[in-house]
Order: sequence, then structure tokens, then C-alpha cells
Amino acid sequence: MAAAEASNSPAAEEPLLKVRGIDKHFGPVQALYHVDLDLPAGQVTALCGDNGAGKSVLTKCISGVISPDHGQVFFEGRPVHIRTTRDASRLGIETVYQDLALCDNLDIVQNMFLGRERTRSGLLDEDSMEREAAKTLATLRVTTVRSIRQPVASLSGGQRQSVAIAKAVLWNSKLVIMDEPTAALGVVQTKMVLDLIRRLRDRGLAVMVISHNLNDIFDVADRIVVLYLGRMVVHNRASSFDRQSVVEYMTTGDLGLSGVRRSRAN
Amino acid sequence: MSDVPERTELVEPAEAATDLTAAPEAAAAELPPEVVAQSLGDYFRGSLTRIRAGESGVLPVIVGLLAIMIVFETVSPGHVFLSAGNLVNLFQQSAIFMVLAIAECFALVLGEIDLSIGYVGACGAAITVQLVQPVTTNWPWWAAIVAGLAFCLVFGAIQGTLITKLRLPSFIVTLAGLLIGNGLMLWILLLGPFSGYPNLTGFSDNQKILYQLMWGTIDPNVSWILMGVIVAGVGLFIWWGDSRRRRSGLVAPPASLTLIKVGLIALVGVVVVAICDQNRAALGTLQGVPWVMVIVLAVLAAWMVLFQRTRYGRYIYAIGGNPEAARRAGINLTLVRIIAFSLCSFTAGIGLLLFASYLGGMSNNVQGGQLVLYAVAAAVIGGTSLFGGRGKPLHGVLGGLVIGGIYNGMYLQGYDVEPQFIVTGLVLLAAATIDSLSRRGSASGSVTRV
Repeated sequence: MAAAEASNSPAAEEPLLKVRGIDKHFGPVQALYHVDLDLPAGQVTALCGDNGAGKSVLTKCISGVISPDHGQVFFEGRPVHIRTTRDASRLGIETVYQDLALCDNLDIVQNMFLGRERTRSGLLDEDSMEREAAKTLATLRVTTVRSIRQPVASLSGGQRQSVAIAKAVLWNSKLVIMDEPTAALGVVQTKMVLDLIRRLRDRGLAVMVISHNLNDIFDVADRIVVLYLGRMVVHNRASSFDRQSVVEYMTTGDLGLSGVRRSRAN
Repeated sequence: MSDVPERTELVEPAEAATDLTAAPEAAAAELPPEVVAQSLGDYFRGSLTRIRAGESGVLPVIVGLLAIMIVFETVSPGHVFLSAGNLVNLFQQSAIFMVLAIAECFALVLGEIDLSIGYVGACGAAITVQLVQPVTTNWPWWAAIVAGLAFCLVFGAIQGTLITKLRLPSFIVTLAGLLIGNGLMLWILLLGPFSGYPNLTGFSDNQKILYQLMWGTIDPNVSWILMGVIVAGVGLFIWWGDSRRRRSGLVAPPASLTLIKVGLIALVGVVVVAICDQNRAALGTLQGVPWVMVIVLAVLAAWMVLFQRTRYGRYIYAIGGNPEAARRAGINLTLVRIIAFSLCSFTAGIGLLLFASYLGGMSNNVQGGQLVLYAVAAAVIGGTSLFGGRGKPLHGVLGGLVIGGIYNGMYLQGYDVEPQFIVTGLVLLAAATIDSLSRRGSASGSVTRV
């Protein structure tokens, strides 16, 4: 199936991240079966699937939270072993979790640099961190916060999501994985976050978005991949899907409709 | 983007106009006023909004201190409450509460509690006092202090390890530590030929130096010079830092506010030294800044730097705010927590050493359990949150002054301990209520909290 898809892939060159034949089981439960995945730079890939399809497990394998039983991961063409989240960070892979992992009592700058603070002669170098954080927020055009020294507790949901994304981008990351970035947001804030995702893509980053929201997926995704019960059932350009077909892939792992390329794992 | 770097560049007019996500009124209440203020007027308006929203910072404790001063000065016989002699006395009585409250900050900001610090610190002080006794070990004063504080550090590290590695609640582990510390203290005090009361009022130099920690004073002229150097140093540091941040367009308070801040620090310094330099003795002369003030100031300064300006301090706040976020950021939670409990006990050791000096020795009457409750009360009265993530060493000093002020004022009135306990309890309830209300206020704007 990988070979069949390769010629059809929107990006002809080597994808930034290539996953080949990943298996993962937890006790008797096989969570992933020989999953292949390509994440090209400069494109937004939407990872879809029903509950229990293996989206989180696949994401965790890439971001170093868990290691797969079998299979290989290639980053920029080189085979890599991502054993910890630190390994992933070192490669330039950052994950924005659904719960955002921000400290409410710290301000925006402090949150963006958490765990990687800059110091000068043993003391925190607040000036340099604030300048860098302001620059990153400005280039992402995250402009609605009143002050980057305000505590995260005072931000709206969309602003928090923006800060979490900016935090991921700050580290010169090449791949940003987002888990349900719009799940808790209203209409305006969702638009703000989707705009931000497009800006990341325009900067040449590879973005993977996990989402249940078909509106958002068709709004922002360049490519769509669907997991069904641990198998990758389809991956293709977003334009080759319609809502109905994505839903059918997600719920049945198969497609009764015509006119869309069919691709099944195994 | 404007070519003059300003923090307003973050708000581009076009974007700001279409932004419907920001709720300026609701958000304004939660912004520290110095973060958004462009001028002094802005600052005061910002402060007012925050106070109305229940986010009042150190204001309640300052108001409380003023109220204590006015009430007790009015009612005290002969209006002696604000006399130089009594104010210095008040500070000496409060020192133990201040230092223990600073110690408790380590546990409280993490979202934990340490009930053991009263007796653990008392063990450390008992070790120090025993070791300098000329008829037994006769250690030099500094070696005895190192030994006492080292005991506290190790005891704290053991408690921290049990709490983090075995995942036992800090309440239980430190409750056990309180009992064990109580027993150890009594046992240490019974060593040697002192019938449980080793003292510091002997004639050996080592005993004298420990006694001077609380009762010694600095020469009045030296006091002025020392104060001048400290105020100038701190003032220049603040002024230089703020103006550099203003110049490079970072978030900084307006110049007038920085000036007021520096001016207030200088004013406090001048007033304190002026009070201390009056002759406080009924007979003869007793004047100058007591050593204990310098010691408390040094502890406060050191831990303020640790909390506010180091990675370690940042991690304490991060763990107190959201442990899961801290873990994902690659912070070693276990290590940070163990060190925090060690430093908590270590600081308590300094506090009880001052208390031993205050008592002129150690005795089995030291109520470590009561001291720790006062320490928690002082920290919370000062503005440290019981829910973790919020609090500063300075809060401990302010809260300690409130408790010392109540104790001292009631004592001047000739009241016994009963009303003092009751009033202190009521003040603690008020402080905890303010903490809880402000937490509810700040939680309303957030998505993740319920």
C-alpha cells in the first residue's frame, strides 16, 4: 500500500517524518498494526479516527512518550530512535497536548520557556527570554494578548492554545503535533487557532492535527489520514475526500462510495 | 510593525480590531497592574480593579498591620506600643514566626505542607546549644551552627524522599516528623549535666556569640552606613534593571513607579534605623540595629533571589501550579520536591536558632507544634496560598509581623494567652478566606479550572 500511495502523494520529495510498519500492543490488545505514515514539511496532515482507533498511541510513538514494538521511524531520511520526549525535542518534534500543559500561575514567557530557561551567571535571564518570546508571538501574529507578562490564568481558551502552540514553535521545531487543538474553543477562537496552524505550515513546518471536527479538518488540512482499529486505512490529499467518505472510513474502515481512491492496509 | 520597539507592537491595530476573543474587562482584573500600566494613573486604576476582583496581593496584610498599630497604640497603657523599645522588642518576638513562615513557603508553594519544622528546627537548635557548652563538647559557635543546620537539612531530605518516592502525603510524613522531632529534641536536651536546660548565658565566647544573634546590636553609626549601603545597592539594582527593560521595550513599570518603589525602600530603611538608634534602655544605653534584623533580612534576600530569579525557584512555582505540565517540560519533580523539603527544614533550623538565642538557651518547653501552626498562619496571612503555586518569602515576613504584633499588643494589655490564641485564629480565618475568594476570582477566567 505504501508503494501505491507514494506516487500519489502530494509531496514528491522525501517527507520530513516517515513511519514504516509500526506495531504496538498493550498486553493482548493490538493497538497499532503495521502502520505507515508520511508527514511532509510545509503541509498540514489531519489524523482522523474514531475513539480507540489508535490515534493517541501513534502520536505517542512519534513524540517519544511510548516506544513501538516493531517498525522504523525516519526523520529527514535518517532512521531515528525516539525513546523519550527529550529525544523528540532534540529532533525538532514538539507536541501540543489537548490539556495544553500550561501553568496557570506563571506568565506567558515563563510558560514558553518552562524547563528550558535561559540563565546568565546562574540567574534567570528574563530579558532575553521575554524578547525571544515576544518575537515568536509576533511572527505567529499572536497579537491579542495584552501583555506577555500576564499570567496564563487570565487568558481565553484560544489565547491559551496560541501560547501552547507558540511554545512548541519557539524551539525551532520542524514538526508540531496537535491533539484536538480546537476541541474546547468557540467559533472565533477556533478560527484564530486554524489561522495559526496555517501560518506554521507557511513557515515550512510539518503539522499533524488530531481532530474529530470535520469542519476544521477540511478547513485546514492538506492531507488526511484515517486510522481504523489500529490500521491505517487511507492516506491521501484532502481534496480527494468529502465529508461522507471520511466518516465512512472512520466508522467502517472501508468505503462504499465511488470516485475516491481506495486504499486499505494489509 | 513599528521600528521603535515597544510592547504595544504586540497589538497590531487591524488584528486588535477584529479580536473578539479578548474580554478586556474580565481580563483586566487578573493582570498585575505593573504589567499593563503605562503611567502612574494606569497603575493605580489597575490596582483598584484587581482589589475589587479579590486579587489583592499584600494589601490586606499591610492594612492589617496598620490596623494593629493604630488599635494597640490607642489602647496600650501609656501608648507604649509604638515606642522604639517596644517596636524593636516586637521585631525580636516576631523573628521566629517570620523565619518559620519563610521556611513554610517552600512546602506551601509546592502545594504541600510541612508540620514538622517546629520540632525539627528545635532539634537543630538543641544540637547547636549543646555543642557550644564549655563543660562538655565546647565546639566553636560556627561549627555548632553548621552541625545543627546540617541535621535539619538531612531530616528534611529524608521527609522529602519519603513523600516523593513512597508517594506518602506530606501531611502524614511531616506529622510523623513532628512527633519524632519532639522526642529527639527532648532526648538531645537531656544529654549532659544540664537537666534539660542547656543555656547560652554562660561566659564562653561561643555561648556569647549565639546569645548575641538575638540580643546583640550593631553600633548606631555602623547601622546607618550598613543601611545606606543596602538601600543604595537594592535601589540602584531595581532602578537599573527597570530602566534597561524600559529602554529595550520589555514589560516594565513606569519610571515614576520605580522611583516610588525605591523611595519606599529607602523610607523603610531610614525609619527602621532611626527607631533602632534611639536609646531603648530604661537604664544605661541600648541602641543600634539588632543583629537579628540583619539575619532575617539576609534569609529573606537569599530566598527571594532563589524563588524569583533562579530556575529552581521557577520549578517550585511550576510544580505548585501544574505538576503535569512541569513533568512534561522535563523538570525532575522528585529532586525539586526533596530539595524544597530540605531547605524548608534548613530555614526552620535558622528560625529556631534565633528562638534559642531569644530564650537564652533551649528548654523542653519549646512548643514546636504550636510554632509550626503560627508559621503556616503567618505565611497565609501574608498572602501565600494554601492551594500551591502562589506565595513569596516576603509574605512570611509580613505575616510574621502581624502575628508578633497581636502577641505583643495583647501582652501589653495584660491579657493572658487565651484571647491571643482566639484573635490569632480569627485573623488566620480572615486571611484564608481572602485567599480562597481571590482564587475563585482568578479561576473564573480560566478554561481548565472548574
